[in-house]
This record gives sequence, structure tokens and C-alpha cells, in this order.
Amino acid sequence: MRNKYSIFSLFKNALSYHENWQRAWKDPAPKKEYDAVIVGGGGHGLATAYYLAKKHNMQNIAVVEKGWIGGGNTGRNTTIIRSNYLWDASAGLYDHALKIWEGLSQELNYNVMFSQRGVMNLAHNLQDVRDLKRRTHANRLNGIDAVYLNTEEVKKFCPIINTSQDIRYPVLGGTLQRRAGTARHDAVAWGYARGADEMGVDIIQNCEVKSIKRSGDTVEGIETTKGFIKTKKIGVVAAGHSSVVANMAGLKLPLESKPLQALVSEPVKPIIDTVVMSNAVHAYVSQSDKGELVIGAGTDDYISYSQKGSHQIIEGTLNAILELYPIFSRMRMLRQWGGIVDICPDASPILSKTSIKGLYFNCGWGTGGFKATPGSGDLFAHTIANDEPHKLNAAFNLNRFVSGDLVDEHGAAAVAH
Amino acid sequence: MFLINCPYCGERDQQEFKAGGEAHIERPKQPTELSDDEWAEYLFMRKNIKGVQFERWNHAHGCRKWFNMARDTSNDEIKAIYKMGEKPPTQ
Repeated sequence: MRNKYSIFSLFKNALSYHENWQRAWKDPAPKKEYDAVIVGGGGHGLATAYYLAKKHNMQNIAVVEKGWIGGGNTGRNTTIIRSNYLWDASAGLYDHALKIWEGLSQELNYNVMFSQRGVMNLAHNLQDVRDLKRRTHANRLNGIDAVYLNTEEVKKFCPIINTSQDIRYPVLGGTLQRRAGTARHDAVAWGYARGADEMGVDIIQNCEVKSIKRSGDTVEGIETTKGFIKTKKIGVVAAGHSSVVANMAGLKLPLESKPLQALVSEPVKPIIDTVVMSNAVHAYVSQSDKGELVIGAGTDDYISYSQKGSHQIIEGTLNAILELYPIFSRMRMLRQWGGIVDICPDASPILSKTSIKGLYFNCGWGTGGFKATPGSGDLFAHTIANDEPHKLNAAFNLNRFVSGDLVDEHGAAAVAH
Repeated sequence: MFLINCPYCGERDQQEFKAGGEAHIERPKQPTELSDDEWAEYLFMRKNIKGVQFERWNHAHGCRKWFNMARDTSNDEIKAIYKMGEKPPTQ
């Protein structure tokens, strides 16, 4: 049994200069066979393993990760959490996640630094105003907190925004979800990894999947850089590389992988205590606990796995940021990076069985998967354990691209992640 | 961000171009006879290759002509550029 983290353990370990903390998770060699294998050790994959072990009593499972856990998009996103999506199916999915976030630090005994500082979405033209008002009403019908703010209320909630009506894209109003906010992205991966490991899940890093072995329409196992692993159930949570893994099984997915960029500034004193995003000018910003401004840019329009985006994408975002926040004009940017996001045609995810028995995919989260991490793991675990979806992810099946029953969330997800 | 050698205008910044996605997806000859599965395959399913991929590009802020490109998506290196209607290079 692992020691709990508490004020007392902190004090005890301080006495030995913090040199005797336990490992948070083991570093096992893969066994020959598991009841299920999760491909991809990001937040979603680790959460899936955690809930498989915790709620579905499947402890003989493994997570295989080609790099190190949380080193992909989990460590590259801008940590925004919200659930103000338009359609009922999305509202159910994302609010399920938000409700788990609210108790996650206690549940995992790991501080994920979940901070409900609110997320404000700005409107810059008449159509934005109509769309955001409609979304506010839709959210409230689904029990999701949302309010519409006029320009003065926007200014009051976030005083540094330039609400002059003379700028190219003036602020005409906005929506606010107060329960929304941010969390510490690495901590989510680490917390789930520690929790899953404690229940007996093997977390195997530096282990890349090379091929998926199947006999007929049933999976038999995976060939990895650390040898063959036999299993009857494979849950693929490989984000930008989902299509690559799907190709190994002879499947095609409706995904395109594109670079998405973000950047952070030098740390400064607290200046913005919420998250503000704007679809029309493609800019969103929040401030980390270290004081850095965290700024999200856009995706390039071409397919790439290079984890490098184009300069003009960042330039466009910073132009918009400076028009909305002239106070940032002399800030210096510290770091800039890209991650590869798997985008679905309807900007909604896929949590689904496939035509191959025992092969499940959790992908297509595109530009905004971080917020859904706990809910995604919970529902995907349910799907794998029961071989059928939970009612909250039933709409997000792969077959919707055949039936035409798409969940079009471009309005709520296209830019604002 | 990279340079693209437009077959009509010469080398220009990628910023002038619009990516058009996977190339050589043929429009169904008899759309009325297609099953839902075949429509899904045509409309939505993509190879999304990591490696050399054939794709369409449009010189949107230049000659506005479409052309094809073979590009390694793992490092954005352009392998070949060829005109619409031409066969993809083999190698």
C-alpha cells in the first residue's frame, strides 16, 4: 500500500530533505498476456486504465506508451476545461467530465490544481452574438451554467480587455461559464498513473506498438518494441497518431492530423484571473499559477506529424491578442511549441467499438481533448469492459459517419479549445 | 512553414497556398447507386499517412491553380510536385 500524500507526509519528508519520497509508479517489464492493453499513455489513456481497474475490476491490464507518459498532447495543451457545448450529446459528454474534475484531486489524492476561474467566450459580430446566445440557452436547458454578458459586463469581469468599439473586431458581448477553468495538465497524467499503478496496472513506457495481430476479425495482441503482448482487448488512445495505429489493423478513420500551436510568455504578476477566448479573431489566453500567459494559436490546414506549425499562425493569434489586450504589447514570449491533433469532420470525438472484435478507439478529440480527460477515461473504460458504449458516449460512435448522424460542434470547438 | 514550388509560378511561401487534403480520391461515377458505407468511405475516411502522402494544394494567393504534391508528413519535406491529372510518382 502506497503512502497517502498529506500535510503530514509532506512534513515527514521535509525532515529528510525530500530525498525519500516513494516512486509514484513502477517501471515494469511487460507480461506475456493482459486482459486489456491501452495504447497511449496520455491523460485519456491513463484515465481509461484507472477506471478499468477501479470501476470494472480489471487489474490485469497495461498501458503502453512509445515515449514517456504525458509527454504528448497532455503536456502540450493549454489546460482549459469547460462544458458549454451546443448539442445535447456533447453537453452530456463534457459535463460528465467537468463533474469528475470537481472531485478529482480528492479522488486521486493528487493535486491536479483544478481551478474554476471561469471561461469567457467573446462575441465580435452580430452572428457571434446570436450563436453565443443560442448556445447559452442550449447549455441552460442541459443544466450547464452559462450566462450571456453585454460589453460592460465583459469589461467588468475582465478589466484588461479593450472594449473600445473602434477596434477592427469590437467586443459586442460574451458568454461566461463560471464552473469552467483550468487544471495542471502534467498532474492529471501523473495522478492517474499513480492511481492506476497502485491498483496493479502496468505502465510501460518507451514501448512503441509496431503492429496489431488479429485472427480473422478478432484481435490477438500487439507487437511492440518490447516484444509481443497477448491480449483480447486493445483500447487505442493515440491522439494525433490514431490513424497510424488504425492502419496497422487495416482500418481507416475519418481523421486528419494537423499541427496545433501554443505559446507562453515570461512570468508576470497576476493580471488575468480567468480564461478568455475568442473564436472570431482566434485568440485565447489565461495565466498559469507561475504567472506565464498561456496563449493558444490555431492549426495549420495541412496534414503533418512534425510537431511544428507555421509562423504566420502564431503571428495571427498574437495580432488578435494585442488588439484585445494592448497591455501585453511589451510582453516577451518564452516558449512556443506544436502538438499533433486528430481532427474529426464534425469536430466531435470518437469513443467507439470497431468492426474488429476487441479493438476500441478513443480519438478525434482534435483541438480540445484535455477538458474531457476524466470523462473520456470513464466512458471508454465502460465501453471496453462491457463491449458496448455507455449512454453518454453512444452518439460518439464510428458508425455516425455512415449513418450521417454527426454531432457538429464546429461552433463550440473549432477554435475555442 | 515551408517553400512550395508552384508548377505555374515557381517557388513561393507556403502561406500563399491552401492545403486541399488527400489526393486521388475519385468522385463516385454513379452516386445514386452508392451504399451508405461507400459514401462514408468517399466523404470522410482518410489515409492520414505519417510518411509520404499524395495531396492536393491550391495556390490561393497566386495563380489560384490546383496541383498535386508528394510530401513526407513526418518532417514536411516535399518529394515531388505534379500537375492535376498526372499520375503520382512511383518510388
